[in-house]
Amino acid sequence: IQADGTDGDCVTFVLHDEDHTLGNSLRYMVMKNPDVEFCGYCITHPSESKINFRIQTRGALPAVEPFRKGLNDLMGVCQHVLNTFETSMKEFRAQK
Amino acid sequence: MAARRGTEEMRDRVVLGEFGVRNVHTTDFPGNYPGYEDAWDQRRFEEAFRVDVIREEEDTLEFDMVGIDAAIANAFRRILLAEVPTMAVEKVFVYNNTSIVQDEILAHRLGLIPIRADPRLFEYRNQGDQEGTEIDTLQFQLKIKCKRNPQAAKESSDPDELYFNHKVYSKHMTWVPLGNQTDLFPDADFRPVHDDILIALLRPGQEIDVLMHCVKGIGKDHAKFSPVATASYRLLPDITLLQPIEDEAAETLQKCFSPGVIEIQNINGKKVARVANARLDTFSREVFRHEGLKNLVRLARVRNHYIFSVESTGILPPDVLVSEAIKILMGKCQRFLNELDSVSME
Repeated sequence: IQADGTDGDCVTFVLHDEDHTLGNSLRYMVMKNPDVEFCGYCITHPSESKINFRIQTRGALPAVEPFRKGLNDLMGVCQHVLNTFETSMKEFRAQK
Repeated sequence: MAARRGTEEMRDRVVLGEFGVRNVHTTDFPGNYPGYEDAWDQRRFEEAFRVDVIREEEDTLEFDMVGIDAAIANAFRRILLAEVPTMAVEKVFVYNNTSIVQDEILAHRLGLIPIRADPRLFEYRNQGDQEGTEIDTLQFQLKIKCKRNPQAAKESSDPDELYFNHKVYSKHMTWVPLGNQTDLFPDADFRPVHDDILIALLRPGQEIDVLMHCVKGIGKDHAKFSPVATASYRLLPDITLLQPIEDEAAETLQKCFSPGVIEIQNINGKKVARVANARLDTFSREVFRHEGLKNLVRLARVRNHYIFSVESTGILPPDVLVSEAIKILMGKCQRFLNELDSVSME
């Protein structure tokens, strides 16, 4: 469901069965990483459900690292959002 | 000082000008602003993030998410609309249909009926599997025949009196357990969410006899699988009065906005306008049509404060839907992390 692009620190990942839902949020998380020089995604054609996700890193860092970190950070965000949401729902119901 | 305020505004407000919207995109990435710490910090995010539930009714939920970015809020909205699975009628086996409604139209209408069945109890059907097993299929039957009422009055023209069963409602759909479903779901009651959905109209002698298979699917495949009537968000409005506005101008200003947004206070005998509750405003930008007022007000939206409104079709309660959507996004990330790990192992 993914393939790699060119060399070392500039890589284009092809993510299949994905669209703006994961693409934009992952792009945001990877952009927040100070080691990343360039990060972008595009949908090659709207009829095909796959995205090209490109990461270029500053220095010698392999591009897979910010990708992995971005995914982990996004998981962390979701987990925290889930916990906060459920706590708020419980509190709201308790004080109703 | 002014420059600092300008950057603050650029970073956390989306400004609505007279002819366009400014500062739309998020710019707080590391390196853009000297002196700002913009790199991702989970702890800082957790401190700033909060969720406030405003209103919860049976099928609607209105809540605020503060401190999150547009990309992620939009991802939740997209997942709520298209990727949270539900059960809906997929295959309709028509044994007898002598009604006026064509087979395919009838099948289309049956597919759109929301079915009260928790999709988390079922699996997806394997591709190419025509039969369907008890773990992935729910079977419903609709068997109804319209008859003339012999006791009706001679000259009545009211169909309710003249015929039996001339209106086919969703309450006429009955669940037919497959295999060991009676043991798996002993006290479950699978039926359409609403009993009064009109499916077809019949006249005496016409009958409908169909068997339906419900499967689990997502909204991306067909909109009938979408669990929300709608899920939307808006940003919190932020109205600032750049100069004090008094008397007649204050009255006009109050009429420019939705009721309750601007309130007029009596200070020292003069009427002064004050922003009471910016949240209620729908931003019709009426202010910009008044020459005198348009430079005295700044219309903006707070960039990271999202007011979500989720309305469910009744299959699952809206807070369960939001939790499921968040879990689905986590599942997507996990899938790619697993792929990455398995690829780099080789």
